[in-house]
Amino acid sequence: MTTLPTQTDKKLGLVIDLDTCVGCHACVVSCKGWNTENYGAPLSDQNPYGADPSGTFLNRVHSYEVTPDEGAAMTVHFPKSCLHCEDAPCVTVCPTGASYKRVEDGIVLVNESDCIGCGLCAWACPYGARELDQAEGVMKKCTLCVDRIYNENLPEIDRQPACVRTCPAGARHFGDLGDENSDVSKLVAERGGMDLMPELGTKPVNKYLPPRPKDDQIDILAPFLETVAEEPQGFLGWLDKTLERIG
Amino acid sequence: MNQPVIDLSPKVSDEIRKTTCYMCACRCGINVHMKEGKVAYIEGNRDHPVNQGVLCAKGSAGIMQHNAPSRLKAPMKRVGPRGSGEFETITWEEAYDIAEGVLRPIRETAPEKLAFFTGRDQSQSFTSLWAQGFGTPNYAAHGGFCSVNMAAAGIYTMGGAFWEFGQPDWDRTKMVMIFGVAEDHDSNPIKMGLGKVKARGAKVYGVNPIRSGYNAVADEWVGITPGTDGLFILSMVHELFKAGKLDLDYLAQFTNAPVLVNGDENSEDFGLLMRDANNKLMVIDRATGKPAAFDAMGVKPDLAGSLREAGVTHRSVFQHMAEKYLDPQYAPEAVAERTGISAERIKRIAAELADVAFNQAIELDREWTDFRGHKHDKMIGRPVSFHAMRGISAHANGFQTCRSLHVLQIILGSVETPGGMRFKPPYPKPPEAHPKPHYGVTPGQALDGPHLGFTHGPDDLALKEDGSPARIDKAFTWENPMSSHGMMHMVISNAHAGNPYKIDTLFMYMANMSWNSSMNTRGVIEMLTDKDDDGNYVIPNIIYSDAYSSEMVAYADLILPDTTYLERHDCISLLDRPICEADAVADAIRWPVVEPDRDVKGFQSALCDLGGRLGLPGFVNEDGSQKYKDYADYITNHIRRPGVGPLAGFRGDGDDHGRGDSNPEQLDRYIENGGFWMEHVPEEAAFYKPWNMDYQDWAVKKSFFDKPMPYLFNLYVEPMRRFQLAAEGVGTRQPPEHLRERIKQTMDPLPIWYSNEDENKADEYPITALTQRPMAMYHSWGSQNAWLRQIHGHNPLYVPQKIWDDNNFAEGDWAKVTSPHGEITVPVALQAALNSNTVWTWNAIGKRKGAWALDEDAPETTKGFLLNHLIHELLPPKGDGLRWANSDPITGQAAWFDLKVRIVKTTAPAESQPNMPPQKSPVGKGPSHLEWKVGK
Repeated sequence: MTTLPTQTDKKLGLVIDLDTCVGCHACVVSCKGWNTENYGAPLSDQNPYGADPSGTFLNRVHSYEVTPDEGAAMTVHFPKSCLHCEDAPCVTVCPTGASYKRVEDGIVLVNESDCIGCGLCAWACPYGARELDQAEGVMKKCTLCVDRIYNENLPEIDRQPACVRTCPAGARHFGDLGDENSDVSKLVAERGGMDLMPELGTKPVNKYLPPRPKDDQIDILAPFLETVAEEPQGFLGWLDKTLERIG
Repeated sequence: MNQPVIDLSPKVSDEIRKTTCYMCACRCGINVHMKEGKVAYIEGNRDHPVNQGVLCAKGSAGIMQHNAPSRLKAPMKRVGPRGSGEFETITWEEAYDIAEGVLRPIRETAPEKLAFFTGRDQSQSFTSLWAQGFGTPNYAAHGGFCSVNMAAAGIYTMGGAFWEFGQPDWDRTKMVMIFGVAEDHDSNPIKMGLGKVKARGAKVYGVNPIRSGYNAVADEWVGITPGTDGLFILSMVHELFKAGKLDLDYLAQFTNAPVLVNGDENSEDFGLLMRDANNKLMVIDRATGKPAAFDAMGVKPDLAGSLREAGVTHRSVFQHMAEKYLDPQYAPEAVAERTGISAERIKRIAAELADVAFNQAIELDREWTDFRGHKHDKMIGRPVSFHAMRGISAHANGFQTCRSLHVLQIILGSVETPGGMRFKPPYPKPPEAHPKPHYGVTPGQALDGPHLGFTHGPDDLALKEDGSPARIDKAFTWENPMSSHGMMHMVISNAHAGNPYKIDTLFMYMANMSWNSSMNTRGVIEMLTDKDDDGNYVIPNIIYSDAYSSEMVAYADLILPDTTYLERHDCISLLDRPICEADAVADAIRWPVVEPDRDVKGFQSALCDLGGRLGLPGFVNEDGSQKYKDYADYITNHIRRPGVGPLAGFRGDGDDHGRGDSNPEQLDRYIENGGFWMEHVPEEAAFYKPWNMDYQDWAVKKSFFDKPMPYLFNLYVEPMRRFQLAAEGVGTRQPPEHLRERIKQTMDPLPIWYSNEDENKADEYPITALTQRPMAMYHSWGSQNAWLRQIHGHNPLYVPQKIWDDNNFAEGDWAKVTSPHGEITVPVALQAALNSNTVWTWNAIGKRKGAWALDEDAPETTKGFLLNHLIHELLPPKGDGLRWANSDPITGQAAWFDLKVRIVKTTAPAESQPNMPPQKSPVGKGPSHLEWKVGK
């Protein structure tokens, strides 16, 4: 069993906008590209050109359909990676102390040299956010790009997770959710950001911004257009008068 | 607590090399991080005008493409029968000898016997020059089977369309409507734009039978019946006319709405636009009530103008439009059933468009002067904007549908105004500024001009003296008079049929014609392998260039292996398909950030060598020696017009931009600058570009054109009327009888809508079948990419709830899908967010066994499938003894999305059907596992 810090100095995490995510998988591949080359690298792939290709990805996008009682069905794209929970069951379940939550920023990491690949953490995580790398036999997970966000070899503007930097739609935001004045906290407040499965008590740091109301749920402000003419002759009469007026 | 110490500042890379992505056609800037001389990581370039730092899934997976096991390794000569995949590796010298041996005699005797088509080529201004030098009229890239309807409708109507031509004013627009947009083109800019619009809370409408991707995030989804977009749009036009919600001022000043149309039924000019003695378009001046040249100083064109002359009334275009679009056939109630959109909803959307355009107008305090010399103290914007792509263009009514959309934007006054649709330099350009088609062949000499262009009437058609088509694809003939991009999808079937004539050599680049890039895949394979009575192939020689082991490789006699995009020079040129943004002119390069480790060569460099050997004009010096040692040499030193070369930046001594002498250091300067050159459009020139003299003068300075060319938007497209007039019997160049009626009907100079259902036997095959390109794949390329194929390795046929229920489908079921042309058996999956009479699948996931270095049991080959087997390049017979092309009758665009099918549940076969026998892989297979890491 591994203990969690009683509190962390910061609560770094992601805010993911489900209203804007188009499901393009840019974050998925950018994450793979960075993380197969840096902290925790490589992320292996089995049968990459074969029948049942499967590899380690720290971030994946799922698509769901929501069919309301009335109105058209909707498609929601749902990117999912480690939520860096405050009460992270994947950490407390770890028998070796390999899984831990950082005191300074709350990032949940795996110390691979201590990981025995037992898979308990993946079983304990209700979000399915951990992946056992088949080549190395150790657990891999989102690091919030801990090797980017403080990296002095990167320009300051690039010190953010690879998935956030690359997201073309601007649907991913990174910051300190422990600071209520941070941009991400304000965004969460403004847009009604939500926890994923709050009933489990994991207190995820990452937040999701819900999709705005769609289709017929929209309050229609514009009234129907008023008719000036039904047929060409009447239209010409209207046109003439209007042109007179506007000179 | 004992936390491990970790390195928070690891070294990222040894070096960053900045070049241009080629994982799709979007052409983003990329930072390629190098470690130990190898490509380690790819991210977006923040300074680049296209992507501003972001990068899509394809772009980020570039490293897997660059290292794909499917890369061709060396030139090859076919040794087995065509299609077997049996090759022998040869040297480049041998390859050139073979090519020269085939090509030289053709050039000396009958250059048209070479058909040179270049697929998804991004170097068309170069490849077309080569084809011109060779002297064949048979050249085009893939526009004809892609989106020529969108491009040509845009150019003819307003001087540009979407994507590389223009984009919504993402920073200011208050409402965006996208029509038929999946992941086609302008990939990252659309995502960035939608993100901005949504962050501001502005409304996004998605008009698409399928609610995925961009349409999933749209605030309102209009799940339209495929092929009826034009009807929906014209119904909104009807509503806007009826309510007088039209930008009259804009229409009067900047469009041909006030121009008079000849109303004399007995005249040879009946229906043409009237011109004065100086050949200027004629309007009625509202100030004087008299006719005047449209552009005369101080003239106020009268939208309601008419001219009574010798007992005949000539009325303005606008009057014709009112008459046409107020007709009850376009009333929402009349189109609701067909479009699948309720009349109330059509009325509401039209009202919203009008509300945003007129009640929420934008005013920028920027002065500008128009071409009449009139000074405007403000720039007024109508902040509704549109984007559309293949979904509306790949229909046989696609040209008129795209025209309808452009007309809708124009009557709202939103094109080139703040918040509306904005052109990207070097566009807008009027259709007259583009070349006309050239097809004059002289053995041993260059063609008489550029192949592709814009026809303005029957005189411009590419017909021989006997009236037969001059081009192998029958582009620019009466069958499709405005086929501006050529018709690549007709080349193989025409060449096989020897109609209009036989060819000797098919030379192709980057076009997977024996698989996903052809209609009627199996038929095309048969044509490529068919032999005549003497046992010779009907298409005698096939030369093909590709970087990868695609399905098409197996059908070529000679393979010229191309490089990956990180190993090559390229220019993304203003002469071609540029990467500009609305506020900036820009061009870019690719350069070898790594040298190839195989015996391969950039295709364009191979053409420089071949051009030299064949002595093609433009490719040899006066002494006959090879002019360009490679493509980089061409990019640097080619002069197209005085002072104008392939790249506009860093010319002369390095400080000239737009015009200037060639600069031997030019490519180095591009590399130093991040792989691109960019210059901002001056603020006062940023809107109203076709009419804004500040823009016009700036455009001349930057070399887009040689003198200012302000013009009017063509609500009424006069060239179409010229073809229609001919069909009515006017003039000496007459269409064949069987085409007369169709030309009269379809070549309406004002947008119309017509159904293609009967031609596609919708009564027997009631369901429309579509494809979409996934955001993480580009055509056939993604499947060789170890990372991307884990995202899209399967492509079920998505079926809506009603069809699902009607067939009692359950998860894991298979269906037999039948069209008038063929049958496939494929896995199905339920999608509720889908038009209730439409099925669809992802494009080009299905692969042939043996191709792309995949295992033969890869899901792409066992469960993947192509809809192409159901689509024929000809329509089903309709009993008149003729076979009509499955193309738009105006442009020849392949009508992929007119496909009609029946569907029935069936027992699951072992593999999707049809399943072709394997090809032998010329590159072997990929490894069984990857642990990809370049650095230590």
